[in-house]
Amino acid sequence: MSEIEIKKLNKLYGKAHVIKDFSVKVKSQSFTTLVGPSGCGKSTLLRMIAGLEGINSGTISIDDRVVNDLSPKERNIAMVFQSYALYPHMTVFDNMAFGLKLEKRSKEEIKERVHEAAKTLQIEEYLQRKPKQLSGGQRQRVAIGRAITRKPKVFLFDEPLSNLDAALRVQMRIELAKLHEQLDATMVYVTHDQTEAMTLSDEIIVLDQGEISQKGIPLDLYNKPNNLFVAGFIGSPKMNFIDAKINSQNTDKIDLSLLNKSFVLPKNIQGQLSSEEVKFGIRPEDIHLTESTDFDWESKAFVVEKLGSSTFVYLENEGEPIVVECAGDSSIKSGDIIKVKFDLSKSHLFNKENTNILA
Amino acid sequence: MTIFSLALTVLLGILAFVLFFHVSNFLLDYFGKRSSKIFKLENSLRAVIFIAPAFIILFVFIIYPVFETIRLSFYDKIGREFLGWSNYAWAIKDPDFRRSILNNFGWLLIVPTLSTFFGLVIANLADRVWWGTIAKSIIFMPMAISFVGAGVIWKFIYDYRGPEQEQIGLLNAIVVAFGFEPQAWLTIPVWNNLFLMAIMIWIQTGLALVIFSAALRSIPSETLDAARIDGASELKIFWSIIIPYLQQTILVIWTIITILVLKVFDIIYAMTNGQWQTEVLANLMYDWMFRGGGDSGRGSVLAFCIMIGVIPILGWNLYQHRKEQKI
Repeated sequence: MSEIEIKKLNKLYGKAHVIKDFSVKVKSQSFTTLVGPSGCGKSTLLRMIAGLEGINSGTISIDDRVVNDLSPKERNIAMVFQSYALYPHMTVFDNMAFGLKLEKRSKEEIKERVHEAAKTLQIEEYLQRKPKQLSGGQRQRVAIGRAITRKPKVFLFDEPLSNLDAALRVQMRIELAKLHEQLDATMVYVTHDQTEAMTLSDEIIVLDQGEISQKGIPLDLYNKPNNLFVAGFIGSPKMNFIDAKINSQNTDKIDLSLLNKSFVLPKNIQGQLSSEEVKFGIRPEDIHLTESTDFDWESKAFVVEKLGSSTFVYLENEGEPIVVECAGDSSIKSGDIIKVKFDLSKSHLFNKENTNILA
Repeated sequence: MTIFSLALTVLLGILAFVLFFHVSNFLLDYFGKRSSKIFKLENSLRAVIFIAPAFIILFVFIIYPVFETIRLSFYDKIGREFLGWSNYAWAIKDPDFRRSILNNFGWLLIVPTLSTFFGLVIANLADRVWWGTIAKSIIFMPMAISFVGAGVIWKFIYDYRGPEQEQIGLLNAIVVAFGFEPQAWLTIPVWNNLFLMAIMIWIQTGLALVIFSAALRSIPSETLDAARIDGASELKIFWSIIIPYLQQTILVIWTIITILVLKVFDIIYAMTNGQWQTEVLANLMYDWMFRGGGDSGRGSVLAFCIMIGVIPILGWNLYQHRKEQKI
């Protein structure tokens, strides 16, 4: 058991209000990810859980014990940093044993635990090397090893994979997922990479300017974003947003005009609308190419990105271009006129306040 | 008129050098094109040409005097009659010389160690309080004062006016305030050495402090955070993370101060002039070389001893520096 509960947490740097009335419950043994753009307060939040950063108001409890005034070591946590933060003058073994030595454990136990962790992470052969002599990926393994030797209840990860190259990042991502299954510990993970968030998490918390924008299981955030920010942040390439106007609405359909045409959405609107001006959102994979005359919209392709498994076509539009995902073997070239059909059942509407208004 | 002729000399000197570089460079180019033998050597020849003037100056003013000092150390007072090892034999038996060596060792052990230690500790603590920068500036200030100036300031601290008179020395004022007898601090053997060292420490701590402050900034904060999470106390972080991280800096500062201390002269000259057993090598050398008619033989022996002392420290410093660069 190692549940983290945060209540009404606030953090100010001078006049800047970085974390605003933040409350959340992180389930025991879950993998929770904090995502958000730079400066949204996700790292600050993690450092506050770790005890490296002071709290202005509110409480943080781990296992029903308020830890506000406890030092990092008394919180029984471990943290992995983006820069690895290894001790450069110590060997890999000493790096991993440092915390255990401070806990005054016996030499045999230290040796056993370090070797066990090294085995899990496949770094046994580097134990006598200095961090300088290791590659980035190996260093990150040592940093993770240093965290797991102490067998903490909570693991905190601060963008641990950001400094690695793309291939290594994918590999370490898989290993982290495996590690989470083996360790049965609560993990809180900070990243700005939404692929990491989507693939690793049991729950994602999207932060925007120090507040929770939305939290939930990865696919819920993807399929039912609460607001424009989450809709745009989760998913790559991001969701297309098109200005639209609601003409009329009744119980099970909405009449709206967008791209100079009118559409009927087979959906309901939640609550009252302050304005008829809305944003229509649709993901690239929910726009389909069509040859028939029954198309929704046509435009010129001006950029075609062929990724092999899929192709992203950027269509000219007033304002932002519209991205369409199509098959990897598509023969579309830039300059082609493309006809598309929107899968309206998977579309989203956002009001002026940027919240999703579809029921 | 003299200023004018001085300026003219400088100007002529510069012109001569410019001419030397240009002409020799031109000649090298000229012959390099005609003779394949010279062409092959062109690069090394050019290096020799450009280094030569600096090397000659270095030789005349630094290397030659070293050999001249060694030569003089085997001659009599005025450098005429060859005496063999007798100047050295004298030195070994001379009680002043022995005491100087002992005192120098004391200085070497205490001053660099304490200056480095204080500098490191203060640099660390100063970052934790809002008035740290002000404190650092004040501690650095003595660096701007000459050793003789520092001596004059500290004379007021150690001043002694006899038991009946009012004490103007700061240290005696404190001692009297606590109800003790005032002391003539600089005349108490052994202790007076420590009082003199305090002046040097007071000056050199500033140097160590400034360099350590800069070096501390180079330690990544995440590494210190990681140690905190590992459960290290601030003291443990200081010993196990910060000090090993600053190892090279500590070494550099320690050697700089050590070499400085080995040459210490001004402070003792200004404060006690070597009386009451505060003699050090540089001071003793000055006494023999220039006082009482001067004895260039014995003076040179002492100068040579100081140089012998500096060489291993310099050599070790260079070795460390090379090792560092190799990694």
